[in-house]
Amino acid sequence: MTGTIPLQYFLIISTLMFFTGIYGFLTRRNLITMLMSIELILNSVNINFVAFNRFLYPDNLHGHFFSLIVIAVAAAEAAVAIAIIINIYRNFRSIDVDKVDEMKF
Amino acid sequence: MIDYTYTLLIPLIPLAVFLFTGLAGHKMNPKVSGLIGTTGLFAVTILSYLTAIRYFWTDHLHGSGYQAMKAFEIEWLHLTEKLTINLGVLLDPISVMMLIVVSTVSFMVHIYSLGYMKGERGFARFFTFLSLFSFSMLGLVLATNIFQMYIFWELVGVSSFLLIGFYYEKPSAVAASKKAFIVTRFADLGFLIGILMLSFMTDTFDFRTLVSPTGPAMLQAGSATFMGLSAITWALIFIFMGGAGKSAMFPLHIWLPDAMEGPTPVSALIHAATMVVAGVYLVARLFPVYSMVAPDALHVVAWVGGLSSLFAAIIACTQTDIKRVLAYSTMSQIGYMMLALGVSGYGGHDGLGFMAGNFHLFTHAMFKALLFLGAGAIIHAVHSNDMRDMGGLRKYLPITHITFLIACLTIAGIPPLSGFFSKDEILVAAYHHSMPLFIIEFAVAGLTAFYMFRLYYSIFWGKHTHYHHTPHEAPATMTIPLMILAFGAVFSGFLPFHELVTSDGLPFEAHINYGIAIPSVLIGVLGIVVATLMYRKETAVPAKMAGGFGSFYTWAYHKFYMDEVYLFVTKKILFNLVSRPVAWFDRHIVDGFMNLIARVIEKSSYLIKGLQSGRIQQYGYVFVTGTIVLVIIFVFIL
Amino acid sequence: MNILSLFVLVPVLTSAAIVFTKNMKQTRLVAAAGMSVQLILSAILVFMYLAERNAGNTAEMLFTYDALWFPSLNIHYAIGVDGISVAMIALTGIVVFAGIFASWNMEFLSREFFISLILLATGVFGFFISLDLFTMFLFYEIAVIPMYLLIGIWGSGPKEYSAMKLTLMLMGGSALLMVGLLGIYFYSSPDGGPLTWNLLEISKIDIPVEMQRFLFPFTFIGFGILGALFPFHTWSPDGHASAPTAVSMLHAGVLMKLGGYGAFRVAIFLMPEAAQEQAWIFLILTGISVVYGAFGAIWQKDLKYINAYSSVSHCGLVLFAVLMMNQTAFNGAILQMISHGLMTALFFALIGMIYGRTHTRMINEMGGIMKVMPFLGVVYVIAGLASLGLPGLSGFVAEMTIFFGAFQHTDFFHRFLTIMATTSIVVTAVYILRVVGILLLGPIKDEHFLHLEDAKWHERLSTITLVLAIAAIGIAPLWLSDMINVSLEPIVNKISMAGFEFTGLF
Repeated sequence: MTGTIPLQYFLIISTLMFFTGIYGFLTRRNLITMLMSIELILNSVNINFVAFNRFLYPDNLHGHFFSLIVIAVAAAEAAVAIAIIINIYRNFRSIDVDKVDEMKF
Repeated sequence: MIDYTYTLLIPLIPLAVFLFTGLAGHKMNPKVSGLIGTTGLFAVTILSYLTAIRYFWTDHLHGSGYQAMKAFEIEWLHLTEKLTINLGVLLDPISVMMLIVVSTVSFMVHIYSLGYMKGERGFARFFTFLSLFSFSMLGLVLATNIFQMYIFWELVGVSSFLLIGFYYEKPSAVAASKKAFIVTRFADLGFLIGILMLSFMTDTFDFRTLVSPTGPAMLQAGSATFMGLSAITWALIFIFMGGAGKSAMFPLHIWLPDAMEGPTPVSALIHAATMVVAGVYLVARLFPVYSMVAPDALHVVAWVGGLSSLFAAIIACTQTDIKRVLAYSTMSQIGYMMLALGVSGYGGHDGLGFMAGNFHLFTHAMFKALLFLGAGAIIHAVHSNDMRDMGGLRKYLPITHITFLIACLTIAGIPPLSGFFSKDEILVAAYHHSMPLFIIEFAVAGLTAFYMFRLYYSIFWGKHTHYHHTPHEAPATMTIPLMILAFGAVFSGFLPFHELVTSDGLPFEAHINYGIAIPSVLIGVLGIVVATLMYRKETAVPAKMAGGFGSFYTWAYHKFYMDEVYLFVTKKILFNLVSRPVAWFDRHIVDGFMNLIARVIEKSSYLIKGLQSGRIQQYGYVFVTGTIVLVIIFVFIL
Repeated sequence: MNILSLFVLVPVLTSAAIVFTKNMKQTRLVAAAGMSVQLILSAILVFMYLAERNAGNTAEMLFTYDALWFPSLNIHYAIGVDGISVAMIALTGIVVFAGIFASWNMEFLSREFFISLILLATGVFGFFISLDLFTMFLFYEIAVIPMYLLIGIWGSGPKEYSAMKLTLMLMGGSALLMVGLLGIYFYSSPDGGPLTWNLLEISKIDIPVEMQRFLFPFTFIGFGILGALFPFHTWSPDGHASAPTAVSMLHAGVLMKLGGYGAFRVAIFLMPEAAQEQAWIFLILTGISVVYGAFGAIWQKDLKYINAYSSVSHCGLVLFAVLMMNQTAFNGAILQMISHGLMTALFFALIGMIYGRTHTRMINEMGGIMKVMPFLGVVYVIAGLASLGLPGLSGFVAEMTIFFGAFQHTDFFHRFLTIMATTSIVVTAVYILRVVGILLLGPIKDEHFLHLEDAKWHERLSTITLVLAIAAIGIAPLWLSDMINVSLEPIVNKISMAGFEFTGLF
């Protein structure tokens, strides 16, 4: 089983996911989409954790634990972020990120 | 040593009066202030005469010539290890003589002012200022050292300022007082620099040490030179500049005619008899130093005096304001005194000029105060200063007329009045010293007689002017001082000055030099005769004469445009070309530079603040780019 | 308790008491009481000091007290006074006292106003008693910061601009000063012992000359900015013009003196070699200040600007004298600080009082003030005469001492500058008489002025206090001058040991 899928494949997938997430975060104007991009980034990291854990230290579970923590944090973060987005929507009547630039200067 | 400590009271009484009336004057009846002031001055006069009699006659101090003595002295301030400023009382022949002059004239003016200023607003203030002036002038006269003299010199300056500006609601009086103060202040700057130099060279301020033949000043004759004159000569020329400013010598005279804006008694006291001769007194004080170490400085004194007297006499012939005529006449007579000091030598008969200068100072104080007070009585009667508004007043003002005539004869040098004696001595001294100066003074003697009688005839004879109110003789408080001063003007010439006030304290023989006395009387008489022909009756001659002199007359009438020159220098050059650019420079360059720094910082902060846009995605770009750059740096470069 | 600590404690307690007052009347009473105590304390200090000296105590500083308060940097609360600081404390006491009465009718936020004012005074008193350089610097900052609030809140005209400008420039000075002081601290022990901030201890050692050359300009300019050193003086006209009366009085009267005092006490005393080497640069600058300030004043039309430029000229004379570096000149500098402090405070008080009535400070809009307000007019003339150096008033004594001190230098450079500085007495006369002539004398220009009242009792108290002090110094200067002279000796000795003689630029 271990011989079937080499590590590079996981890494390529996670890299693609990571940069897709970055691209989405930097280009999309919709806050929900941006949040989804962040989820993509987090998940790419999770894949890395699990993959490296499997290939480097097959006897340990540290990477898995970290992934679980990241998932938990991501869930909490999504909840908070959506709450914030709802509040932003209530205040600005929009969830376009360009409209939300009050915190400047 | 005979005790003269009581002389300390002479300046202190007026000071006490000044403080008392100044602080409590507005709560009292103004008349009380006036009486307090006059009483104080009466006490001062008594003390001064007592001192003079004791010093010159009863105490027999002249065994080896009259010596200077310090009646009193205290320390006032330490400057350096060697220089200490003292305040004290110095008695010597000239200071005692000045005591008499100042106290007499001041007392007369006090009495006169009781009548002249009656009913004026600020009557009490007037007497307060008079007391301040008397205090300062007496302090100046009695100064033991040159710095004390400078202190009181400034104080008389400010008293003069206050009194010229007495009618402070009148813009012309305010301007005149300002001008007087600033011009004399400028001259005092020279005085101060002179004191700085002199005290640095000699390590002393003390007059007795300075003038002693073995003193430190005498060792400076060969000191370092600057532009061909020794340092001490420069110091003395600077000191003379102070004296020239106070004594209204050309070209620092411009304040004196304007100072006539003050009340007439003030003109009599300050601007005729006492303060304006302070410069002469200063030179006389330091005379041994001038004479022995800095003869060049003495030449300057002589020529400045001579030229001023001629200059002023010419202008006096053209003026119509009677007080201004007298002002120029004062300047001319002070020029005589300066010249007398300038042509004098030291010791014995060589010191004739010194004696004559002081003699003339004394007699001049009497007759010039008399002239001014007489002019005051006339102005009081006709309410005008202009001689064109006057004429035929001899019927209305008999006492004023007689005393004024006496004064005019005195100043014209007609024997046996006092002016004759003192002027004659000056001419003799000038004759022995320098021919050009003698000729100038000889001519000025004629001019003096002419313009004084022009004045006299225009006021008391001439056309019959119609007056709105019939002029009436002044009250007794005003005529009595006139009579007393007339007495002084007639008889003070018989005082044996050559025994009392001499350059080295020793008496010498003086006699009338007929070779000079007769021509000088003749030219005086000639001046009177010409004036009689021109002004006794109203004729067309004066106008023709004025036309005959053409532009010279116009120049003299406009005082040779000296005022305009000064105005140009101060208003145009100092104000517009120095002060205004300085103010501009400060606001726009110095302050502008500070504001520029602030602007630059503000602008750069505007530039930088764009980074903080509030756009989350921009931050994201920056973050990612930064990470990539750092990764590249860490991986590939380090 | 050490009497000197009271000088800091009393103002602090006064401000604390002001917090609990209910209205303006109570506030000003408390403030006046506190500052009267302070004035009495100053008088007691002068007498105690003189008594102590007469009893033969020749210590450099008297009434010393020392407590460690920040051990790791060896910062002490070290206090002590000599004749110079006693004189400055007396000056501060008088000016603050007069200042309280000059702002008697401060209605807007009066509690906050008096607290800030007294806080400022605390800083000044603390500065003059400190012997520890750090504590000194601390008090200096305490004095500068309330200034911002006082001008920014209670000022007039472009007050925010002025307050900001003044604070920023003075803070810039503080920054330079901090560099200088830290430098002195780190070189305060050449043989490797513990470092110290103590002025007296540092004065006993010699800071290496190379370091002095570097540190002297920082320290001197740092203090010089507060002392209106050309070209860093421009905070002064704007700041004074915008500040309320009592603040102008305190600022020009006392705070600017911190600059002169510090330049003399710290910069020159601790670094005499560098001072002698570099004096010529600053002499030129201060020489310019003296004449330039006077000429600048001629052209101004606003009373406060005239006085601010006149302060530039007079304070320039202080630094000028300090840089002449001989006993007489130093003495003159201290006298000039005191004299200028008193008369400029008097001027600003009078300007405030006149402005409070006429609501204008432009001299050409006024005239004939003397007739409607004889008391204020007469006092203004006295202040003017003091400013132009009339004998019998304090300005004359100070100026003459400075000129004679400066003239002791025999080279052409110093002589030339001295004579240039003396010309300022004429220019001063011009602008003072110009103001007196236009403002006070002449006919009344505006008929509204006819109904104005003369000074009230508290204004009379304020101005008479200052006039008396000016006249007392002017008439009998000897005791003050002697008191200062004795204390100058250690300083002069240290400088004469440095022994660099500048012999001329030309």
